[in-house]
Amino acid sequence: MSDGGSQAAVSSDEKPASTPGSAKPDAILLVDGIRRSFGGLVAVDVDHLEFQRNRITALIGPNGAGKTTFFNLITGFDTPDAGTWTYDGRDMGSLPAHEVALNGMVRTFQLTKALSRLTVMENMKLGAQQQRGENLFRSFNHRGWKRQEAEIEARADALLERFKMDHMRDEFAGTLSGGQRKLLEMARALMTEPAIIMLDEPMAGVNPALTQSLLGHVKELRDEGRTVIFVEHDMDVVRDISDWVVVMAEGRIIAEGTHEEIGANTQVIDAYLGRHHDSTLTIDDDNPFLDQPDGSSSESAESQD
Amino acid sequence: MDWATIFENGLKAGIRPEAAYFALAAIGLNIHFGYTGLLNFGQAGFMAMGAYGLAIPVFAYGWPWWIGVFFGLLAAVLFAVLLGVPTLRLRADYLAIVTIAAAEIIRFIFRATDLREITGGSNGINGFSSGFFDLNPFSGTINIGPFDFTAREMWVMIVGWGLVLIGIGLTYLMIESPWGRVLKAVREDEDAARALGKNAYSMKMQSLIIGGLFGALAGMILALSQGSVQPSPTDLGPPKTFFAYAALILGGTGRLWGPVIGSIMFIALLAFTDNLLRQAQAADYIPEEIITGTEVGVIRFVLLGVGLMILMLYRPQGLFGDKREMAFDV
Repeated sequence: MSDGGSQAAVSSDEKPASTPGSAKPDAILLVDGIRRSFGGLVAVDVDHLEFQRNRITALIGPNGAGKTTFFNLITGFDTPDAGTWTYDGRDMGSLPAHEVALNGMVRTFQLTKALSRLTVMENMKLGAQQQRGENLFRSFNHRGWKRQEAEIEARADALLERFKMDHMRDEFAGTLSGGQRKLLEMARALMTEPAIIMLDEPMAGVNPALTQSLLGHVKELRDEGRTVIFVEHDMDVVRDISDWVVVMAEGRIIAEGTHEEIGANTQVIDAYLGRHHDSTLTIDDDNPFLDQPDGSSSESAESQD
Repeated sequence: MDWATIFENGLKAGIRPEAAYFALAAIGLNIHFGYTGLLNFGQAGFMAMGAYGLAIPVFAYGWPWWIGVFFGLLAAVLFAVLLGVPTLRLRADYLAIVTIAAAEIIRFIFRATDLREITGGSNGINGFSSGFFDLNPFSGTINIGPFDFTAREMWVMIVGWGLVLIGIGLTYLMIESPWGRVLKAVREDEDAARALGKNAYSMKMQSLIIGGLFGALAGMILALSQGSVQPSPTDLGPPKTFFAYAALILGGTGRLWGPVIGSIMFIALLAFTDNLLRQAQAADYIPEEIITGTEVGVIRFVLLGVGLMILMLYRPQGLFGDKREMAFDV
């Protein structure tokens, strides 16, 4: 959970190159040539990207960079125009969303999806995989799945306790606050025992006190041996927990590296603040934005100068 | 005014076969709408599958009636698959549009003149039920408390309410299981269910089939209680679907006993207001200028509609619903 631990974990392997699409030691998820456009807008166009196993990778980028679309594509919630991706050597390209989850790649949503009219405990139990009683014909025989149900409930109780939600156990999920829903969604995703957990803005709308405990939970996930990929806007959060940062802008991967490297990367700063954020606004002949197609207005601009 | 008769007729209607088949249809809708969130507006179509499935083998081919039961259930499954394949991947409202249209198409096909040899055309089918009534253990008039029933009526009631009880038992076993939990998860948020590895499409298809089977059983009880199958709007048209919805909402959606209690109350209240208005008219409490005898049948629906509105205002969760579930936006 401590930063020292994470540093040790990273340094035990060779550090990957800090170039977009660089090869990683022991990559769990490899994405190749994935592309998705909505009409004329290319939302995602990633040539190559690798995610390292047992690391926390942050996916950052300005609004509209295509981060959530990228999440949707690789979790089967959206279909790309082109591209392949493999998870642990398995081709995931044509799998529907629920099978992606069954394979151990589980996501949460930017707009939290608590199942309002189910209790917190029912929400949790839903996450468990391979339930006998989820088959229609076996569901009738309650004795056939009661034992497994008890095991699932015990596991759910332990997780709720870890997330300090045990007092809400029998409340409807619809009565939870926004931050509690985030916690519930993360805990519910953990019930699936995922190898990769993908969090879409896990800290959005969560109060600072809760953020600290959520951050702790995310680090615990890595320490348990899971791979975490998360989308986040808050740079303090990214700095605090991420082992690796991937920057997207206009659908492409523009930079990769540790958060120190990313912080110093001019391309990233340009993407966030605009290419001309540090130049003073003057009218000169080189300025492409003020260049007029017809000579007359260009002359008038010069005469004003 | 004879209040005893008014109440007696109301209560009697609540246990007659009509209430039983509404209860079966509403149990099916409860699985569709109450537990899965599927807006099936074509339950009458499933009822038609059951009714015609039961009648056609006897009428057109002279087969025994129990083969008809098998065909009725099979037809409902096929109808559910036919509706589900194109619509269940789309947004919920598409299912509503497609089901109401498909149910009407089915009814018009059954009444087509070209199919008169098989479906009886617009005359429907009569005289297919003798095999069923041969098994009737009752004879003469059966007396239960203050109520008198004919032997035929009694037999359909026993079978109908028996099916209702079996249906409630099966629904309980299904819904109070992990399978039922996934079904409710799909109702709350399909994408969340998918993200947890649940096949939402398959769950919705299973729900559509199971609820449709209850619809088919309702259609069979309807056909047996009338001794005929008619392709008329009042028998197998949209009003049947919406009355079943009214009964379900009255009782409480997503509640085990909601559809049964709702159906009993719906039918009992209709008979009660009908009797009340007719007696009030006969006793000249309501002058002929305001409501004529023929208008009573319509007025009782107006009164019932007002009653439902009041219910929705003060008890939106229905008589059996859980108020907490209404406390937050879904």
